[in-house]
Amino acid sequence: MAEPIVRYEDVHKSFGDVEVLKGIDLDIYPAEKVAIIGPSGSGKTTIIRMLMTLENPTSGDIIVDGTNLWKMEKNGEMVEANEKHLRSVRGDIGMVFQHFNLFPHMTILENCMTAPINVKKEDKKEVRERSIQMLERVGLGDKLNNYPSQLSGGQKQRVAMARALVMRPKIMLFDEVTSALDPELVGEVLEVIRDIAKNDDMAMVLVTHEMDFALDIADKVLFLDEGVIAEQGSASDVIEHSSNERLQGFLSRFRG
Amino acid sequence: MDNIISIITQVAKGLNITISVLLAAALLSYFIAFVAGLCRLSKNIFLRKFTGLYIEIFRGTSLIVQLFWFYYAIPILFNIDLGSNWSIGVIAIAMNYGAYLSEVVRGSILSVADGQTEAATALNMSSFQRMRLIIFPQAVRMMLPEFGNYTIQMLKGTSLVSLIGMGDILYHGNIMRSTNLSQAPLIYLIILIFYFVLALPLIWLTRKGEKIAKKGVAS
Repeated sequence: MAEPIVRYEDVHKSFGDVEVLKGIDLDIYPAEKVAIIGPSGSGKTTIIRMLMTLENPTSGDIIVDGTNLWKMEKNGEMVEANEKHLRSVRGDIGMVFQHFNLFPHMTILENCMTAPINVKKEDKKEVRERSIQMLERVGLGDKLNNYPSQLSGGQKQRVAMARALVMRPKIMLFDEVTSALDPELVGEVLEVIRDIAKNDDMAMVLVTHEMDFALDIADKVLFLDEGVIAEQGSASDVIEHSSNERLQGFLSRFRG
Repeated sequence: MDNIISIITQVAKGLNITISVLLAAALLSYFIAFVAGLCRLSKNIFLRKFTGLYIEIFRGTSLIVQLFWFYYAIPILFNIDLGSNWSIGVIAIAMNYGAYLSEVVRGSILSVADGQTEAATALNMSSFQRMRLIIFPQAVRMMLPEFGNYTIQMLKGTSLVSLIGMGDILYHGNIMRSTNLSQAPLIYLIILIFYFVLALPLIWLTRKGEKIAKKGVAS
């Protein structure tokens, strides 16, 4: 099997006195689709926020493509990474948020274009074409010059995905991307994720409460419970054959 | 009627001082506000504390006394020439309002939602790019209404320069009143109207600013 693109090694995370993650070991392979499920407060979101460098681990290592994300070598010693190091490693990672976090002072086309132009210094014309293509792909080709405030929640989230995709990440993180949406808008967002999962070869990590959807597209499912990965495996392994009582209890609540 | 016209022509002689002091003090105070506001958010503790000291001194003491300090005290104590009455008036007003406005700058930058910084980080922006492209443009929109309000106050604050012998509209009105006390009500009514008319475009701009601020900001 290929080398993992992301590896968590005994990662712990505490907020104050509360230890949220109690030793996470996890490999994510290129193009692999990973779903993280589990009760709220179990630390699912924290796992991917640390990979996006929005939260630093209390201890342990996160290795991205062979490079330690949160530590760097200085005079032969491993020290805490500075911003320059973080930037050099996280360039291949993109993220979509629960609350969209579109830039409200920019049109949706500008939302997509700003990072490739300013961060990656790419050619403006090429970025513009690529952004328009991407927005068309998520079904918003007719809204290029609208501002985020003029869109519905589902449309905003689709823009957020286009914005992340234009950066051509190797790893895409989805942080409960449908939780803030009205129920009737969830479907259109899931369709886009399904499309990405099917047609793009990037690794994807989804933190989600959309159980059936996650099980449908995921190569690997993690059940996170009280800060540890209590169960992991293929969707069918985890769902059908797990004897973990807490997992069965958790799943039964979704099945009614 | 002749009375009114002669008062208006007298008071109008002060317009260029009132307006020029306002414009210069406003521009200088905006500049101070951005520099001091950003210094307050700096990682450098010395810069933060020093700017904090400036802000508290200028917010916590009277503008008239500050004006007299710049005009009478500082030249004697430190043997520094701060230039003409005009520039002293501008500096005092700008330093005072710059202190207030720097808190507006700081507060606006802090009130841009954390999610904006996170989204910019997820797009691999540097901290400078986050500030320049994402945070600052939104913070400026939020600042507009408060900047408008403080500019209106600054207009009224310019009347203090009459106390250091500058011929603004209040100064010329006072001269007329000193020769003809019975005219005082009419004179001061006309001065009020002058200030009000000068404030009208500022009020209008502030309203405009409020509308802009409502759009295009994540909070």
